[in-house]
Amino acid sequence: MERIIVIGNGMVGYKFCEKLRAKAGKSDFEITVFGEEPRPAYDRVHLSAYFTGTTVEELTMAPREWYEENEIELLTGELVTEIDRENKTVKSHKGTVLSYDKLILATGSSAFVPPIKGVEKQGVFVYRTIEDLDAMMAYGKKVKSAAVMGGGLLGLEAAKAVLDMGLETHVVEFAPRLMPRQLDDQGSSVLQCQLEDLGINIHLGKNTQEIKGNGKLDGLSFNDGTELNVEMLVISAGIRPRDELARQHELEVGPRGGILVDDHLKTTDPDIFAIGEAALHKGMIYGLVAPGYEMADVVVNQLIKGDEKAFTDFDMSTKLKLIGTDVASFGDAFGEKEPFKAIVFEDKVSGVYKRINISEDGKRLLGGMLVGDAEAYNMLLQIAQNGMALPPNPEDLILGARGGEEAVGNGVEALPDTAQICSCENISKGDICKAITEDGFENIADIKKCTKAGTGCGGCVPLINDLITETLKSMGRRVRKTICEHFDYTRQELFDLVKINDIKTYDELLDKYGEGDGCEVCKPAVASILASAWNEMILEKSMTIQDTNDKYLANIQKGGTYSVVPRIPGGEITPDKLIVIGQVAKKYNLYTKITGGQRIDLFGARLDQLPDIWEELVNAGFESGHAYGKSLRTVKSCVGSTWCRYGQQDSVSFAIEVEERYRGLRSPHKLKSAVSGCIRECAEAQSKDFGIIATENGWNLYVGGNGGAKPQHALLLAADIDKESVIKYIDRFLMFYIKTAEPLTRTAPWLNKLEGGLDYLKDVIINDCLGIGEQLESEMQLLIDAYKCEWKEVVNNPEMRARFKHFVNVEDVDPNLSFKEMRGQKFPTSWG
Amino acid sequence: MIELEKYRSVTLENVKTWFKAAPVSAFQENGGGCVKIESLQIAVFNFSRRNEWYAVQNLCPHKMQMILSRGMIGSESGEPKVACPFHKKTFSLKTGKNLNGDECDIATYPVKVENDFVYVGLED
Ligand code: SRM
Ligand SMILES: Cc1cc2nc3c(=O)[nH]c(=O)nc-3n(C[C@H](O)[C@H](O)[C@H](O)COP(=O)(O)OP(=O)(O)OC[C@H]3O[C@@H](n4cnc5c(N)ncnc54)[C@H](O)[C@@H]3O)c2cc1C
Ligand code: SF4
Ligand code: FES
Repeated sequence: MERIIVIGNGMVGYKFCEKLRAKAGKSDFEITVFGEEPRPAYDRVHLSAYFTGTTVEELTMAPREWYEENEIELLTGELVTEIDRENKTVKSHKGTVLSYDKLILATGSSAFVPPIKGVEKQGVFVYRTIEDLDAMMAYGKKVKSAAVMGGGLLGLEAAKAVLDMGLETHVVEFAPRLMPRQLDDQGSSVLQCQLEDLGINIHLGKNTQEIKGNGKLDGLSFNDGTELNVEMLVISAGIRPRDELARQHELEVGPRGGILVDDHLKTTDPDIFAIGEAALHKGMIYGLVAPGYEMADVVVNQLIKGDEKAFTDFDMSTKLKLIGTDVASFGDAFGEKEPFKAIVFEDKVSGVYKRINISEDGKRLLGGMLVGDAEAYNMLLQIAQNGMALPPNPEDLILGARGGEEAVGNGVEALPDTAQICSCENISKGDICKAITEDGFENIADIKKCTKAGTGCGGCVPLINDLITETLKSMGRRVRKTICEHFDYTRQELFDLVKINDIKTYDELLDKYGEGDGCEVCKPAVASILASAWNEMILEKSMTIQDTNDKYLANIQKGGTYSVVPRIPGGEITPDKLIVIGQVAKKYNLYTKITGGQRIDLFGARLDQLPDIWEELVNAGFESGHAYGKSLRTVKSCVGSTWCRYGQQDSVSFAIEVEERYRGLRSPHKLKSAVSGCIRECAEAQSKDFGIIATENGWNLYVGGNGGAKPQHALLLAADIDKESVIKYIDRFLMFYIKTAEPLTRTAPWLNKLEGGLDYLKDVIINDCLGIGEQLESEMQLLIDAYKCEWKEVVNNPEMRARFKHFVNVEDVDPNLSFKEMRGQKFPTSWG
Repeated sequence: MIELEKYRSVTLENVKTWFKAAPVSAFQENGGGCVKIESLQIAVFNFSRRNEWYAVQNLCPHKMQMILSRGMIGSESGEPKVACPFHKKTFSLKTGKNLNGDECDIATYPVKVENDFVYVGLED
């Protein structure tokens, strides 16, 4: 039995123990761990979560019982002060002396505190341990402002923590830009704007000369003569490896610190290894956890099998977490290693900056940086690490393919089996696929348990999900788009079950055909199905399964207020009704805006005000506009033949007729329509789910158009038909869509996926090839007959009205609501 | 600025006072309601399908919105959870853990029901 002593019970020291016990029998190694901190190793990477309520227990890597079960002797609160290399023993400050065969130094690092005058003052903190955070939180309660020294990865994380403590927040950085090691000037100036919007004050190019104050700090002075008045300072100016034991006992250390190790992580004493942030490998200190875990793995393999696998350079790609805006850099972000061409995308309006470096021959992605939108991070990292082929236009990698096609280069199927998916645990695509194909795991929770992938920082979870779907597909498994874990049915199947079995409530459906307790995916999907099937008032039986906006019959906004949108069919409104809207808006101080759908939106109503506001509107003859529902929105109109010199038919009258026919109709996604009086198309009917354009002889009916995120023109379903046929075809079209579409799929993507496409649709709607035409029409008629204005029902029902308030135990309104003023109207104060 | 740090999980053993919140009927079945306790806002859920009650901070840590009581409840692999109405971040009702793995966790509080009244457990 070999005796192993680990000095340092941090993340890497712990991981070493875990790996050694997992890979070798308990009888092969006797393990003792010394930890200076009072508690077992915890997740330092997610330390900031401690500020927001995550407990020490939750952060703990493994409880003491784990060490006991695994027969690992854990000595916490004990600092090792001496190593006797000759006799192979260590001694702690408590006097414990133990002997080893192999010694592992996993002493990590400490925060670097620059020798600035006044650093010893009260109110100066570092950000590394739970004790540091406890001290910061206690002190933070007594002060109003704080600065963070250091605008790097950790500094910005600390700044967010300080901001969340409710303090006026400053970041002071020596370099002329933020995150100087990860971002270029352009990227960091975009980041700076984003952070300033969050309320963080940024000071660049500042060399701190003195920390001022009498005993406790009250300000900083810089050597350009300027000063900053703050009451607290968090220093995050880098890390210093804890190499004091090595120095003391003549193991070689680097000129700027760090315990020197070779490719096998051996120090200059072959029985002593160093791993994690304390180790200096080829001139590098790795300040990240993933390389530390890899080091632990390399040493474990050597101890067990004498395996000579070497530790090689490790990727330093990083994604910043928690700060409220995405930041990532990967590979050779600055293009320092070989000649390159950069592609840069910058959008100052939405605060997005993306840069990728392409090799000179245009064939490889070398690295890059992303600010404001880092969704592509995982895929780009994979492409760079695996030298994967680039699309013909490499700019598609950061812009997405333009021209309607699917985004390119993002298929997980293209990744080689060796591609590293989870860098924290070093799990490859092959490992994950094997868990699916050979071990039969099919969902993310099982994959996490079985492979450990995705259990570290969690950044790779979306990739793992894609891998699961793709692998199952490639196994010939029909990947049915079932709703969620509670219903093993597609939406179409559920719709049929509801109809055939006359099911009227969610609970009934869940009891009969589902399992578990439901979730935020199936509840609104079923709510929509029930509404499309029966058109009963949605709040009566089932308020709690309605999606956010449906629940209170209004769109929720930043800050938790709601908007009010009365229906204005076809966009036609009398001056009297306009005046009512104006009066209501004034009385309740609502922000007022003309929408893109030819009506008026009133924003900023409190929950408790909604029924009162609607009572006034209903009394004046208004109805709900269903702006909150996945249901018919507006039928836009152009002025048409009554006034317009070109008009062929009366588009306004027809638009009103169509809007009143389908108002309140609930569907898989929202529905929009428009009627234009002639081919000039002023109502933009061809961008709608169903659009009607007047011709000399009647009307043309278009379907499957979409504005929004992926615009698409509608397709001509029937030409020169009369009004009755238009209505008949729309009835059939909408009902067919409602019954067969997946949740939250607009008509355009639904039609794109419909097998047989437009020709098949024509066959179903016009030629009635399925023989369901009349059924569809009568189902639609049932819904139309059942229509009632939801808001009228609420206004007249005291029990429902009572649900519209913020607190259940007092009549107070939410004291956190706050507004600012702009252009003479109110706005919510922006969110963090 | 809303103070996140006011919300600290309370365990059953540590309850010093039981705050009398509201009658059971104030909470819809399988729904929630927000209880004001001085400067705290606590979201209380009547998970009638499971015959369970839960209480968590009303504040969603994602964008600091006072909103979780208006969220939808459900379960994930048996774990009861609530989804924030704004961006559907989900949190365990039992432990407060963020189930998406990207936001921080939320504080949880014990709940008891006595004589048709709902009480929230507090430490002070
Ligand atoms: C108010 C309005 C913007 C405005 O000030 O003009 C608006 C506001 C919102 N739109 Fe819109 N859209 C508005 C016209 C549009 C239009 C233009 C139109 O209808 O002529 C479009 C593109 C046309 C289309 O839908 O095909 C549009 C495409 C979207 C989309 C993307 C849909 C898509 O298929 O890609 C969303 C997101 C969604 O529905 O999932 C969206 C979602 C939203 C939501 C509901 C976001 C939300 O869930 O909070 C916004 C709610 C505002 C609020 O709190 O009341 N809005 N939205 C317009 C209301 C029209 C109305 O009177 O009802
Ligand atoms: C706020 C914060 C956020 C971070 N975010 C990220 C991130 O997003 N991604 C990432 O990859 N990394 C991140 N890191 C870095 C990551 O936490 C470290 O890389 C990792 O913890 C290193 O592990 P380690 O075991 O080498 O060192 P440590 O975790 O520092 O552990 C070393 C332990 O050894 C103890 N010790 C030292 N000397 C002795 C001795 N003589 N006797 C006994 N015990 C001793 C120390 O007290 C300490 O407990 C972050 C760090 C911080 C502080
Ligand atoms: S485009 Fe629509 S969803 Fe986007 S911000 Fe404007 S109103 Fe909101
Ligand atoms: S505010 Fe709760 S999920 Fe965004």
